[in-house]
Amino acid sequence: MIDFLFNYETLRIVWWVLLGVLLIGFAVTDGFDMGVGALLPFVAKTDIERRVAINTIGPVWEGNQVWFVLGGGAIFAAWPALYALSFSGFYLAMFLVLFAMILRPVAFKYRSKREDSRWRSNWDRALFIGGAVPALIFGVAVGNALRGVPFHFDTDLRPFYEGTLFGLLNPVALYCGLVSLSMLVMHGAAWLAFKAEGTVADRARIIGGKAALAAAILFAGGGVLVWLGLLGGYEITSAIVWDGPSNPLGKTVIASGGAWLRNFHATPALCLVPALGIVAPLIAAAGFRARREGLTFIASKIGIFCIIATVGLAMFPIILPSSTNPGHSLAVFDASSSRATLRNMLIATVIFLPLILAYTAWVYSVLWGKVSEASVREAGSSVY
Amino acid sequence: MTNPLLVELSRLQFALTAMYHFLFVPLTLGLSIMLAMMETVYVMTGRTIWRDMVKFWGMLFGINFALGVATGITMEFQFGMNWAYYSHYVGDVFGAPLAIEGLMAFFLEATFVGLFFFGWEKLSSRAHLVVTWLVALGTNFSALWILIANGWMQNPVGSAFNPDTLRMEVTDFVAVLFNPVAQAKFVHTVSAGYVCGATFVLGISAFYMLRGRHIDLAKRSFVIASAFGIASSLSVIVLGDESGYAITDNQKMKLAAMEAMWETEPAPASFTAFGIPSMADRTTHFAVHIPWVMGIIGTRSIDKEIPGIFELVEKAEGRIRNGLTAYDALEKLKVNHGDAAARTTFDTTSKNLGYALLLKRYVEDPRLANADQIKQAAWSTVPEVPAIFFTFRIMVLCAFLLLAVFAISLWHTMRETPAPRWLFRMALIAMPLPWIAAEVGWFVSEFGRQPWIIEGTLPTFLATSELGIPDLLITILGFTVVYGVLAVIEVRLMLQAIAKGPAVSANAAPPLGEGKRVHLATAQ
Repeated sequence: MIDFLFNYETLRIVWWVLLGVLLIGFAVTDGFDMGVGALLPFVAKTDIERRVAINTIGPVWEGNQVWFVLGGGAIFAAWPALYALSFSGFYLAMFLVLFAMILRPVAFKYRSKREDSRWRSNWDRALFIGGAVPALIFGVAVGNALRGVPFHFDTDLRPFYEGTLFGLLNPVALYCGLVSLSMLVMHGAAWLAFKAEGTVADRARIIGGKAALAAAILFAGGGVLVWLGLLGGYEITSAIVWDGPSNPLGKTVIASGGAWLRNFHATPALCLVPALGIVAPLIAAAGFRARREGLTFIASKIGIFCIIATVGLAMFPIILPSSTNPGHSLAVFDASSSRATLRNMLIATVIFLPLILAYTAWVYSVLWGKVSEASVREAGSSVY
Repeated sequence: MTNPLLVELSRLQFALTAMYHFLFVPLTLGLSIMLAMMETVYVMTGRTIWRDMVKFWGMLFGINFALGVATGITMEFQFGMNWAYYSHYVGDVFGAPLAIEGLMAFFLEATFVGLFFFGWEKLSSRAHLVVTWLVALGTNFSALWILIANGWMQNPVGSAFNPDTLRMEVTDFVAVLFNPVAQAKFVHTVSAGYVCGATFVLGISAFYMLRGRHIDLAKRSFVIASAFGIASSLSVIVLGDESGYAITDNQKMKLAAMEAMWETEPAPASFTAFGIPSMADRTTHFAVHIPWVMGIIGTRSIDKEIPGIFELVEKAEGRIRNGLTAYDALEKLKVNHGDAAARTTFDTTSKNLGYALLLKRYVEDPRLANADQIKQAAWSTVPEVPAIFFTFRIMVLCAFLLLAVFAISLWHTMRETPAPRWLFRMALIAMPLPWIAAEVGWFVSEFGRQPWIIEGTLPTFLATSELGIPDLLITILGFTVVYGVLAVIEVRLMLQAIAKGPAVSANAAPPLGEGKRVHLATAQ
C-alpha cells in the first residue's frame, strides 16, 4: 500500500490533484475576499456601509490569503519548472498581481486608522484594485495556459520566454479573465449576502445574481471556444513514461485544435464536472433571488470548484503547453520534483492540511453571525 | 551568457525587497512573543493593566504586521519571477521548506492574528491567550523554515546534482532540516528579532516616561522589555551566526572576509579590531590585532586553524580543475544518457561541478578556459572583503551597545531609587540600533555568500531569469515607489498611534506630568 502510494507515478498524480486543490482552495477562500473588494464601490456607498462590507471579511482575509502564498510555495516545491517558467514568463502580469496583493493587507489594516474621508476612500480604491485586478489576471493567465505560452528550454533546461505582456492580453485570454472575474464577483456577493445585513446584502444579492448568470454563460462560451479550437489544444504523441526523470525535453507534442476535449470524449463521466460548472452558478443565481444565502454560497463554491477542475481535466496530463516548441510543454510526468521531494511534501501536507482546515473552521465558528451597521457601530474602533 | 546588467539589477531588486521586508519581520518576531508574555501575566494575575498593554502593543504590532505580510508576498514569488534558472536548478530542495513554511507557519499566524484583534469579546481570556501564543508560534515557525531554506543556500547538504534532470535533487531531507548552518541561523535570527521587539517596547515606554504619560503601562512595559532584552541580546551575541562558519569552504571564505584575514595564521588566530582591507593589494592596511579572539569566536576552540583567503583561493582553484572533469562528463551524458564511464566520472566529481560553472563568466564552454581564466575564477570566490569587514563590525558594535542598554535598564529596574532621565533618553536613542544590526547582518550573510547563490553549486550570475532590462527597471521602480509610499504611511500611523497612546481602563494612575521621576522597581 505504502509502496503504491509512494511510487513516482502515484505521487505525480497526487501532486497534480493537490495543485488543483490549492488553486481551488485559494479561489473559494480568498476568492470571496477578492470578490468583496471588487464589489466594494458598488454594494457600499457610505462609510458605514463600506465598513460593514469590509468587516464581513475583516478577521478572515489574512488566513485566506495564505492559500495564495502557499500556492506559490507548493508549486515551487512540487513543480519547480512550472514555478520558474510561469512567474518569469508572466513577469509584468505577475508584478501587477503582486502590486494589487500588496495593497490589500495594508488597506485592510490602515483604512480604519483615520476618520478622514479622503484617506478612507483612497484605501477603498486600493481594496477594489486588490480584488478586481488579481481576479481578472488569474483568468487571463489560465486563458494563456490553455492557448499555450511561447517558451522553450535550452539544453541546460534554462527557460526562455519569448512573449510580451501585451501578448498575454489577447482577446481569448481576456475572455477567460472575464470568466474568472464574474465567478469571483459571484462568490464575493454570495459571501456578502450570507454575512452582511441591510443595504449591503441587498445590493450584493442583485449584483450577485447577475454575476452568477454571467459566470455560467461565459464559462459555457469558453467551452464553445475550446470546441472551435480558439482556446488551444495540445496532444502528446510520444509514449508517456510515468515514472521517468523530470526532463521536459524528451517527448513530442502537437498543437491540435479541440484536443482539450479529448479527455472528455475518452471518459464521458468527466463531463459532469463542466456541466456542474454551468449548473452550479445558475443555482447560485436562483439562490440570490430566493434569499437562500447558505445554498447560494455553497452553489458558488461548487461552481468555482468545477470551473477550475474543468481546466485541469481538459489539459491533463499537460500542465503548461508551449506554443512555440510544443515538445517542451510541461507535463505531469516530466515537470515534477523528485520522488523524494514529492513524498516528503505529501507527508507534510497530510499532517498539516487537516490541522489547518480544523482550526480555520474553528475560527469561522467563533466569528459566526451577521455583520450589520449596528454591530459595526457598536464595536467602534475595535473592528476595521 | 546572461547580460551582467540583468544580473546586477536582479540582485538589486532582491536586496531591496528582502531588506525592506526584513524591516518588519524582526519586530513581528519579537513583539509577538512579548505580547504572549504580557497576556500570560494578565491571565495569571487578572490585572487589567496587562490586558491594556497587550491591546496597545498589539495595535502597534498590527501596523507593523500588515507590511510584513504585504512585503512577504513578494518574496514568495520573486524566486520564480527573477531567478527562474535558480528555481529550476534547486526548486526540488529549496522549494520544500518554503511550502512547509506556508503549511505550518503562515496559516497558523494569519488565521489566528484575525482572532487576536477581533476575538477579545468573543473568546474567554484563556482561549484568547492561546490564540496569542499561536500567533507567536506561527511567526517563529516561519523563521525556522525560511532559515532552513536559507541555510541550505549557505551549506547545501543532503542533495546531489541529477544529470538526467539537470538540477539539484534532495538525497537526505533530514540533513536539510538539521543543517547546522540553518540551526545556527535560526537561533541567531529569532534572537535578533526578540532584541528588536524589546528595544521597540523599551524605547516607546521610555518616551512615555520622559513625557510623564501612561506611567502604569510604560513602566511595566519597560521592565518586561529590559528583562527580555538582556536575555535575547546575550543570546544573539553568544549564539552568533558565525558558529556555522567553520563548516564549508565558502563559509570559511566568508569568515576570512569578515576578518580580512588574507594569510592563514597559527591557531588561535587573532582578531582584527580595526584595519582597512584592500582588494587590490590583497592585504589589510593599518590592522590592529587582538590575539586569540578570532580563533575562539570562529572555531570555539584554541587549537583549530582558520584558513586565510590565499589558502582558500588555492583550494578553489583545485576544485575548479576537478569541476571541469565533472562538466565534461555531464556534457557527454547530455548527448548519451547511457554513457556508463561518463556517469561514473560524474558521480565522483559532481561535488565540484559548480566550481567549473564559475568559468562561464569568462568563456562559454568552461573546458576551453586557459590557466589565467581559471586563476581569475578562483579569485572570484572572494567576496568584497572591505564591505563585509566593515558591516560585520557595525553589527557587532550595535549588538554590544544594545547589551549595555539592556543591562543598565535592568539594573535600574531593580533599584529602589527613582530612575534617572538619561536612562530613558538612552533607551529612546537606542531604538534604531537593532534594525541597523539586522540589516547589516543580513548583508554580511548574503553578500558574503557571493559569488554563489548556492554555495559551491550555482554561481549567482547564472541564476537569473532571461528578462529584458526594461522589465527589471519597471519593477524596481514600481517596488521602490510602492514600498516608499507604504513606508511613509506606516511610520506616520505608528507615530500617530504612539502619540495618541493606549486606551486605558478605569482605575489607572493619574498622569505624573512631565519631569516627574519614576520608581521602576514598583512596576511589578
